Amino acid sequence: MAEELETERADVREDGRRPPRAVVGSHRIEEEIFGKVFDKNIVSRIWAFVDPYKTKVMWAVVAVLIFTAMQLLIPLIIRYAIDHGMQTGGNHSALVYAIGAFLAAISVNFAASYAQETLVGNVAEDVLFDIRKAMFSHLQRVSLSFMDKTEVGRLMSRLQGDVNSMQEFLETSVLSVGDITLLIGIVVVMLYLDFGLGLLTLSALPVLFIVRIFWLPRARKSFMAAHETNSITSGALAEAIHGVRAVQSMNRQPVNFMLFDEKAGANLRTHLTAARYAQVMVPIVDTLTGIAMALVIVVGGARVLGRALDVGVMVAFLFYIQRFFDPIRSLTLQYSVMQRAMASGQRLTDVLDVKVDIKDAPNAKVLPADMDGSVEFRDVVFGYNPKHPVLKNVSFKVNPGETVALVGPTGSGKSSCMSLIHRFYDVQQGQVLVGGHDVRDLTQDSLGRQIAMVLQEPFLFTGSVFENIRYQRTDATREQVIEAAKAVGAHDFIMRLPDGYDSILGQRGGNLSLGQRQLISFARALVADAKILVLDEATANIDSYTEMLIQKALVKLLEGRTGLVIAHRLATIREADRIIVLQNGELVESGNHAELMRNEKLYAKLYNLNYASFDDIPDQLVEEAASTSSRT
Amino acid sequence: MTIENSNGARKLSASLAHVHAAGWGKGLSILTRITVMALRHPWQSAAAIGATFIASAFQLMIPQLLGRAVDEAQGITNGGSAAAVAQDALLATALLLLGASILRGLFTMVQNYYSEAVGHHIGYELRLACYEKIQRLSFSFHDGVHSGDLITIVLLDLEGVRMYFSTAFVRLFFLSVLIGIGAYLMISTDLVLGLLALSFVPFVGWRSSVTQLRLRATWLDLQERLQVLTRVMEENLGGIRVVRAFAAQDHEMDKFEAASRNALNLAHQRVGIRVANTSAMTFSFFAAMGLVLWVGGGKVMSGEITVGTLASFLTFMTILQMPVRQLGLMVNAFARASTCGARLFGLLDLEIAVRDDEKAADLTVTEGTLRFNNVSFAYPSAPEQNVLQDVNFEARRGETIGIVGPPGSGKSTLAHLIPRFYDVTGGSITIDGQDIRKIRLKSLRRSVVVVQQDSFLFTTTIENNIAYGDPWAKEQNIARASESAQLHNYVLGLPSAYGTVVGERGVSLSGGQRQRLSIARALMLKPTVMVFDDSTAAIDAGTEQRIRSAMRRYASDRVTIIVAHRLSSLMHADRILFIEGGQIVEQGTHEELLAMGGRYRALYDLQIRPDDDAMSA
Repeated sequence: MAEELETERADVREDGRRPPRAVVGSHRIEEEIFGKVFDKNIVSRIWAFVDPYKTKVMWAVVAVLIFTAMQLLIPLIIRYAIDHGMQTGGNHSALVYAIGAFLAAISVNFAASYAQETLVGNVAEDVLFDIRKAMFSHLQRVSLSFMDKTEVGRLMSRLQGDVNSMQEFLETSVLSVGDITLLIGIVVVMLYLDFGLGLLTLSALPVLFIVRIFWLPRARKSFMAAHETNSITSGALAEAIHGVRAVQSMNRQPVNFMLFDEKAGANLRTHLTAARYAQVMVPIVDTLTGIAMALVIVVGGARVLGRALDVGVMVAFLFYIQRFFDPIRSLTLQYSVMQRAMASGQRLTDVLDVKVDIKDAPNAKVLPADMDGSVEFRDVVFGYNPKHPVLKNVSFKVNPGETVALVGPTGSGKSSCMSLIHRFYDVQQGQVLVGGHDVRDLTQDSLGRQIAMVLQEPFLFTGSVFENIRYQRTDATREQVIEAAKAVGAHDFIMRLPDGYDSILGQRGGNLSLGQRQLISFARALVADAKILVLDEATANIDSYTEMLIQKALVKLLEGRTGLVIAHRLATIREADRIIVLQNGELVESGNHAELMRNEKLYAKLYNLNYASFDDIPDQLVEEAASTSSRT
Repeated sequence: MTIENSNGARKLSASLAHVHAAGWGKGLSILTRITVMALRHPWQSAAAIGATFIASAFQLMIPQLLGRAVDEAQGITNGGSAAAVAQDALLATALLLLGASILRGLFTMVQNYYSEAVGHHIGYELRLACYEKIQRLSFSFHDGVHSGDLITIVLLDLEGVRMYFSTAFVRLFFLSVLIGIGAYLMISTDLVLGLLALSFVPFVGWRSSVTQLRLRATWLDLQERLQVLTRVMEENLGGIRVVRAFAAQDHEMDKFEAASRNALNLAHQRVGIRVANTSAMTFSFFAAMGLVLWVGGGKVMSGEITVGTLASFLTFMTILQMPVRQLGLMVNAFARASTCGARLFGLLDLEIAVRDDEKAADLTVTEGTLRFNNVSFAYPSAPEQNVLQDVNFEARRGETIGIVGPPGSGKSTLAHLIPRFYDVTGGSITIDGQDIRKIRLKSLRRSVVVVQQDSFLFTTTIENNIAYGDPWAKEQNIARASESAQLHNYVLGLPSAYGTVVGERGVSLSGGQRQRLSIARALMLKPTVMVFDDSTAAIDAGTEQRIRSAMRRYASDRVTIIVAHRLSSLMHADRILFIEGGQIVEQGTHEELLAMGGRYRALYDLQIRPDDDAMSA
């Protein structure tokens, strides 16, 4: 196997006088990882999420301070014990006092560390979940035009990655309060114990600062490079998994392997470089520690010899020196965490700041359940971009119980009509009325309950068939669900599933065929039992057998309801009470099939092209038909 | 062999489900295997382990030297002799200490760097091996395993194995030396004080191991709960139109809230586990230190030991504290490497079901005739249920064969057998008399190309996507294939034409455009047999018509097989096979089959509208 691979790889190189037109994986466009170190705006926005936990955070800071104080106190107690309790012929009670103090200090230390870690850990988790909830619930209300242009993957990385780095930030923030206090504390205590010796020892500190300032940008660059090559390599691996069928059928294994080897090799190299940068600090810190200790021994030791200094002080110094570089190390790390948090915080606030365009009016009415079910468009002008309207002065009325088919070439504005009834967007001019009320005067919730929608691409949720069918009316009984499924002809195939109605649908109903998903979405609309049904017929090819079931179900679904159907199938169109033909955002004609055929305009022309569906008609022919009909 | 393979997929999924299943013996053999991989980098491993010994030796010297310095400062060692002598002694100790510190730092650097380097090399090798394996494992394997699970193996499990050398193996040496020699030194200096100083080690080591293992278990649980949350959010955002259409935001918030709370509760619980233990560990360490201070203080007073000795004991303890607390991390690293390794090696050790026969030769095309001889086939996941049963047909060069039938009739399966995505379970498929199982896969798949129903777009330029099977193709050829597939004009309209990046992170193409691209991709290979597996379903009838006429130019050089459910896609074929229940039930030309008035006729009546019943209404 390996040998064969070798020869294949040799082949590849040999024919390849020039590099192949090939890549594996993709160079993803990385998002900014680091932002400004401190951005007041973002911090205050994030602080709003911490605010509810203010008291807890305060106690956590208090606990951190106590904890740090105890850390500082312990060497002092040891010093006291040595200098007062252990001198030959010294007094035994001093040692007992010292031990007592030590015991007290470590008990307080225990309580403080317990309190601090519990508080900080829990608050950080709470805030993380709160921010995520705030974003998620905001996304439930922002306008669909924002959702239309934002990838789900991008939003998910906000809801997960960015939120996590905020959590990291909160945790380390409180701890860095401790670090700073510890650093200051050590300096103060050392200077207090012996000013000269303290000053001498502390001279090592600025050296470390300076070294780290030079080291940090380079090291960070190498860490970023490692991070980036890592995500490139992972991307290539993921691609190999998802695209494996295409890879095998196109015989790309040898070329891909060679290309992947390059990427994995680059990844190895950047990681080795990053490891070198990370490790080079170790001997530097150790050397500085060594120097500081040597200074204490030589200078301090001489003074102890000369009885100018207590030996306990020297021991305490040696203890402090071992702790003294820790806060500097973690503080410089904290710097990167801050920058990362600012970049994440910026992205989070960007999402939270997306305006909610469509809100219930202050005095919005509830659409009564006994409204007549009529739908009316009055001189509607609408465009996703107001400068380019997709609907221009469209007016029509659908009477209660009537089924109207909307037809027209792609881009004629059919789907926009459908979205407007449900008030996914607001019109720029004119009015959309449901049951005689302007949709902008109604509560969105009550409007939604009276309109059942079936989308072109049936979207099902993970969960049982049963739960999916009663998606809107979570209180529907099993009988109601089964009845609906029977009515649309889905009952038989549901019963053939392993657990019938309790069968769990895979991701987005992946284990069902498109046609079957369509039928379930019909049943879902039927259970919703709304006065108005808005349906966008599927254009994708469904096998003819299922297609037949769907046509039958559609009749059932429209029974006793006002129906507005974006129709693609001629069978559906001919069954409609009335047909509205749209072209370039304008209503060009309306009437029933026979009337429109007599009209001999766009509809008749398209119909006479003899395609099974309007969507099958090549664009070119549509254009021809449109131009000839506008001339007549 | 095929059956083994799908069992492989099933076993793999099963082992993913039961992370803790691996027994001790198995765990040990996995760890041995990783260790052997590490030792294949003998110099680097030796450097890492050697440096570990030296670094811990210097580490252990430091407390001794500090103690000595304290005593010298008190003039104890010199019996109160001349101050100058004492000063010289202090200077000597200080220099020794500085030297020990520097050397400790340098060797720690060497230890850390090389143990990480070995890990990165192992990671690199394993990534290549996984990539190679995944690319070659047959369709039957990929059918049976969730792609997310494979990604978990190659990303997370691989990481667990990679970290083994530095976080488990080398650390074991480090801790053994440090604790072992440290304990010896302390106990030999003063038995009672030594035991007291070490008293925290067993407790902290045990607590930290138990905690880490518990945190690991709850971590896996937390990941599962977070996955549920992710799914709720992802579905909501992906299906936002449905959510809005049914005014189901409240319902969705409830779902989110429930999943979120579920995860949050566990997260709080984990904080509890962690905190209870870290605080207890710190407390026990300090308690031991207090004991040493008390008993040691007494001994200093009675003159049994010097202050310097006591100071060296206390320093020993501070040096031991961190590594002992990290004992749990090491135990966790061993556990992680063994479970992750079990899955990773499980994948790497799988046999590849469809592979070259030992005597396989390249395909020699003479007549260009494809034959199905009594072909039967059952998927390895359901070996007793034949999807195809005794299928016989022949297709000569220049012929177009249409294959149609109800959903689940086996028509797509048939298409997948020709390039050997699966091996037949009965009968044989031959090209010019050569059984495809005796042809080298590479040469077979160059000659047989299937245009898939849902083709995968790679995140790269359109040009690279079209030339996917022939990366050295000339530009003109790419443009020509794209013209035949009716893609050229569309591509020219894009911002960077053929250089436009498509796929997941690029411009998104519609279903029809994707299908046209994959047709172009297939045309690049100039195959002997070209199979369309329902690959024009999303292309409108007019464009399809134009593609068909463009391809007529090449059709005389090859066998064309069209699997479709839209009759207009295959009505023109030279022969149409109607498949039902895995068998050919009708065959003939379009006209013959219509005249026959059977299944095909029924389907025709369903799909093509009767001419003018509406007009008469």
